[in-house]
Amino acid sequence: MAAYILRRMVSAIAVMAMVGVFVFLLLRLAPGDPAAIIAGRSATEEMIAGIREQLGLNDPMPVQFIRWVRDMLGGDFGTSIFAGRPVLELISQRLEPTISLSILTMILSVTIGVSFGILAAWRTGGLVDRLLTAFSAFGYSIPVFVIGFFLIYFFAIRAHWLPVQGYVPIELGIGRWFVHLVLPTVALSLGYIAFIARVTRASMLEVLTEDYMRTAAAKGASSYAMLFHHALKNAGVPILTVIGISFAYLIGGVVLTETVFNIPGIGRLVVDAINNRDYPIIQSVLILTSGLYVLVNLAIDLAYTLIDPRIRY
Amino acid sequence: MQMHQTARNDLLLDVRNLETHFFGEDSVTRALGGISFQVKKGETLGVVGESGCGKSVTALSILRLLPKVSARTVGGEVRFHGRDLLDLSDREMRKIRGDQIAMIFQEPMTSLNPVYTVGRQIAEAVQIHTKASRSAAMKKAEEMLRLVRIADPERRVNNYPHEMSGGMRQRAMIAMALACSPELLIADEPTTALDVTIQAQILRLIVDLKERTGTAVMFITHDLGVVAETCQRVIVMYAGRIVEQANVIDLFARPAHPYTQGLMRSVPDRRRGRQRRLPEIPGIVPSLREPIVGCSFAPRCPFAIDICREKRPPFLDVGSSHAAACWRAEEVMGA
Repeated sequence: MAAYILRRMVSAIAVMAMVGVFVFLLLRLAPGDPAAIIAGRSATEEMIAGIREQLGLNDPMPVQFIRWVRDMLGGDFGTSIFAGRPVLELISQRLEPTISLSILTMILSVTIGVSFGILAAWRTGGLVDRLLTAFSAFGYSIPVFVIGFFLIYFFAIRAHWLPVQGYVPIELGIGRWFVHLVLPTVALSLGYIAFIARVTRASMLEVLTEDYMRTAAAKGASSYAMLFHHALKNAGVPILTVIGISFAYLIGGVVLTETVFNIPGIGRLVVDAINNRDYPIIQSVLILTSGLYVLVNLAIDLAYTLIDPRIRY
Repeated sequence: MQMHQTARNDLLLDVRNLETHFFGEDSVTRALGGISFQVKKGETLGVVGESGCGKSVTALSILRLLPKVSARTVGGEVRFHGRDLLDLSDREMRKIRGDQIAMIFQEPMTSLNPVYTVGRQIAEAVQIHTKASRSAAMKKAEEMLRLVRIADPERRVNNYPHEMSGGMRQRAMIAMALACSPELLIADEPTTALDVTIQAQILRLIVDLKERTGTAVMFITHDLGVVAETCQRVIVMYAGRIVEQANVIDLFARPAHPYTQGLMRSVPDRRRGRQRRLPEIPGIVPSLREPIVGCSFAPRCPFAIDICREKRPPFLDVGSSHAAACWRAEEVMGA
């Protein structure tokens, strides 16, 4: 187990190195002179030369790369060109809304998606199953921003039940924090619920035909025990896998949702940074989310051993 | 409803005209064409026949374990202690499964849940049917493993199925089935998937435990040798029907149905020498999708005459507690 984790860490470093090269080249290979792009249209030659010097763009590429990596390892992710403040500080200010939205979305998607999938598999062709089929076509095909605007129109503008947009930090009251996150969470979750429910259903259907399910029935186990005790744990590995994949897609979904609901999170930070060509922010967010993704994958792989005793590393 | 119930109190299970159908896309398979038999308290009844003859379907119909979407018992009664199991609610049926009627299956490799320890799976059966605490149930599981002669039971209760051999898993299955001291144990080919040496051990174990606990056993097998060793009475099934019923000595001494005779001839016998090719029953089992006119065995039967192909033979006594569904039973027995 320890050897496995060590091996995975080594391969994670290799992955991160590749991501690093890619992100590094993103700025250097962009069309035109990055310094000129950064300086803007009305800049003079001197200003551009100054920026080039400041960014170290006159050094050979490998030297620039090593310096960039060394700075990041030392905790220095650079300075925002637009805001003139350390990138890490800007990111940490925007972290809370994004984490709040992500966690609520994962909780909602997993609980609803998994239960929906189980019920659909339990009574194939039944009402829940047919509802799921209709719902998942809907959940997959309608983009987050369309659902978002619909939800805002009906639940905020027409019904006045929930705030239209914005975000309230959790320390200003958990209730206000929560009501502001309801609509974004629902909008973002629909696709994931459909995805997780479909996989749960398929995985459960396969397990329900296994011989040990008949053994459980022959013991006199109740439907509840059959589904949740005997079947769900066996169906768990694929379900856990799609939860991991959903988490990866979440990063993309969060950007759209934060824009629609005007939530000042990482997604908005990145969108603004792209508009402003603020490369240090774009690079840092890319590196950090890649790192997070690698860690989540490792955590999921380790979690497999908790549900299936036959998996040993 | 229960007017005609014969109040013989040694009667445990009374199956009458049981009919089970499988429903396909556009076909109906008549897996059981109305079978009747009885199991008495404490006896061992053998159910013999080749693959697909309806042995397992009979067992699963009794316990109502067939997949609801594709199979349905469309007629007959399954009287257990006089109560028709087919009339019970799902909840009442669950109380009987595993407690009064238990079952062990053919595939020990896949019949245990891979993600729970063997001990926990045995304990589950105990906890469903008694008010035992978790720890008391685990103690019971350990005791059951000792009963089925698994060495080192205090360690083995914490094993997962994949940490056990096939023979050991089948022992664990038996332990699970017997944990609540059922009155009837249905063993569906419990030794078929095992090595020959292990088969003998498992058979001996079942016979032994049956003697000790007084459980009645319905032993489903295609192996006449197993029947000879373990059973008192035998029913022979062919194409979803019972073709012969007898006590084991009569059946082997004077088989009254040509199919039973064919089965016996195709059992390898050392005394006959090894040069001779093993006789087989010519032809194939008829499809159960089409209604069968006449005797279902007629196309393969060396005794068949015109009436066999036209009219289904009734189930007639050919001796004391010996009956066969054959128009020419007398001639067959004389042959």
